[in-house]
Amino acid sequence: MLSVSGLIMQFGGLRAVDGLSFEAKTGDITAVIGPNGAGKTTVFNCITGFYRPSGGSIDLTHPGGASHKLHTMPGHRIASAAKVARTFQNIRLFAGMTVLENLLVAQHNTLMAATGFGVLAVLGLGRYRAAEAAGIEKAKFWLDAVGLTARADDPAGALPYGAQRRLEIARAMCIDPVLLCLDEPAAGLNPRESDELNQLLMRIRAGGCSLLLIEHDMGVVMRISDHIVVLDHGKKISDGPPAEIRNDPAVIAAYLGEGEEDEVPA
Amino acid sequence: MTALRDAFLSALVALGLFAPLVGLVTTSGEHGLYLELRPIATAVVVGLVFLGRLIVLSRRSRGRAASLAAKPALAERISKAGKYVTPLLLIAAVALPFTGSRYYIDLGTLVLTYIMLGWGLNIVVGLAGLLDLGYVAFYAVGAYSFALLATNFGLGFWTCLPLAGIFAAFAGVMLGFPVLRLRGDYLAIVTLAFGEIIRVVLINWVSLTNGPNGITGIPRPTLFGLALSMDGGPGTIAGFFNVEPAVIQRIIFLYYVILGLALLTNWVSLRLRRMPLGRAWEALREDEVACRSLGINVRNTKLTAFGIGAIFGGFAGAFFATRQAFISPESFTFIESATVLAIVVLGGLGSQLGVALAAIVMVGGLETLRDFLSFLGDQMNSPLFSGIASELPLYRMLIFGLALVVMMVLRPRGLVSGRTPSVALHKVKDIAPDLVAQGRG
Repeated sequence: MLSVSGLIMQFGGLRAVDGLSFEAKTGDITAVIGPNGAGKTTVFNCITGFYRPSGGSIDLTHPGGASHKLHTMPGHRIASAAKVARTFQNIRLFAGMTVLENLLVAQHNTLMAATGFGVLAVLGLGRYRAAEAAGIEKAKFWLDAVGLTARADDPAGALPYGAQRRLEIARAMCIDPVLLCLDEPAAGLNPRESDELNQLLMRIRAGGCSLLLIEHDMGVVMRISDHIVVLDHGKKISDGPPAEIRNDPAVIAAYLGEGEEDEVPA
Repeated sequence: MTALRDAFLSALVALGLFAPLVGLVTTSGEHGLYLELRPIATAVVVGLVFLGRLIVLSRRSRGRAASLAAKPALAERISKAGKYVTPLLLIAAVALPFTGSRYYIDLGTLVLTYIMLGWGLNIVVGLAGLLDLGYVAFYAVGAYSFALLATNFGLGFWTCLPLAGIFAAFAGVMLGFPVLRLRGDYLAIVTLAFGEIIRVVLINWVSLTNGPNGITGIPRPTLFGLALSMDGGPGTIAGFFNVEPAVIQRIIFLYYVILGLALLTNWVSLRLRRMPLGRAWEALREDEVACRSLGINVRNTKLTAFGIGAIFGGFAGAFFATRQAFISPESFTFIESATVLAIVVLGGLGSQLGVALAAIVMVGGLETLRDFLSFLGDQMNSPLFSGIASELPLYRMLIFGLALVVMMVLRPRGLVSGRTPSVALHKVKDIAPDLVAQGRG
């Protein structure tokens, strides 16, 4: 599905990602974890086109067989053509627009194609009306999935925090992604909301979308991920299924701090 | 006690400001200019500031909480009244020529031109959130393209109108390409410069534009091929309808042309707001990064906003040229951009009704204020005010500026500040202005 190889991201003298390679398989939930400042969000920004990598390659192969070189594509094409959706660590909704409008903006390219360069739709001709009805149906489906149908006409900025997180995921799903990248989706959620989030993510995976997530909440990571990649200082220090990662001494050392050299290992 | 001291300080500041502004006047006498003092007028102004400050302070110490609680109710009432204001304004606009007063129709034409410009700029500033300080450039491009096409190739107004729009849109896209990577203040400065560049080019490209002398003899529009002419022969409007030709006919006709153009602008913006393109503009204003993550081509979307905003600027420019029958670069100075932007901001970013109201207040109100002040000056016979009475109309800008400041303090997000969603699943609910982003370019 997603294959990252030799990824390097250099900011001036700082090498935030240093030769990272990993694979995310189709239909898997792949988690990227690591201590603060390990370069997780930088990797995400490279994959979703917000940064142009200094080196290495990122290849995405659709289940249908089409292949995209994400490291050479402009940012918006990664979402519209390669079908990679993302959410943000600090939620980025269109706060002054309603929940429904947020979901319709996400379907911009599909709807825009039906407007006949805008002219026909402004005149009320063409197939835009049908396209918008279909768009609203899709929005309704995702509103239902995240439990926000009742609040569809409220401004997104007025929703409580947990609902904003869910709305951002629903909005990302409205571009029909093959890969959904979630940047700390469980941050700031209470245990019950966190459980609901797990179920939502499982449901998205069952719908045929692969997931890549950055997460600090180990409960979420260990429960739902099929595969974990551990980063530290921009390098991969471990890679494997949750059970393996849990017992990897390198991972434990990275999280709890390495022992002093003269210290006797316990 | 503190209130008194505060008011006294305010009066002191006012004295510093108004002593030279109001208290001194130069009059030409036998031996050149000499200075005349006007202590009483200054004292009146300073006294007004002192009393005003006292009133403001005493009101503030009383129920501030109560006034805050009243605010949402007030906003709701305004939005409810808005439903009736729109049709009333429309009826008034259609009925205005029936007053038969040349003064009112001319004023109405001027106001409608600014309403149209405001609605055009509203697409760029209000919807897409791109601060454009050089909107007058597109107005100028539209006016000059019509004037040049008409005087050089003998093309009529209705042929040139779309061409003027296309040229203006082209100018908008040309401006947009290099500058849309800039944000906020930087974008504002570059658009400001663009407006000035266009004006300077118009002044200096004498072989094409006739430089500062401008272009004369721009033809008037026709009504389905019928000319507006004073000779009343066949092929003119007066001749066709068999009425006596009169200047007022032309003025009324031009009024309805601009009314039609303005309503076209409004209709297109309202339609576009409900289309994916309009929603993408608003989404850009809210969060550009999120737009990109959803596959929206940010650059192209901004360019369409610039281009479509420019088209309406171009239309308005062509109308301006045909109405004046003469244009020169002097008509396209920065103050025009500033006025249109002030209309959009005062009206409330993104609100069609707000922009219309603001244009009426800013353009119509200023004229009315001038009339009112000269009327007031005529009524003042007291020797106390003899010095100031005849100059009262000159104070209109001062009063007007003060009114704008007060307005923006009371309603910082404009006259009509909420946002109406473009689509609803169950029920359309207006969105509070503090949730809506203002755009950072």
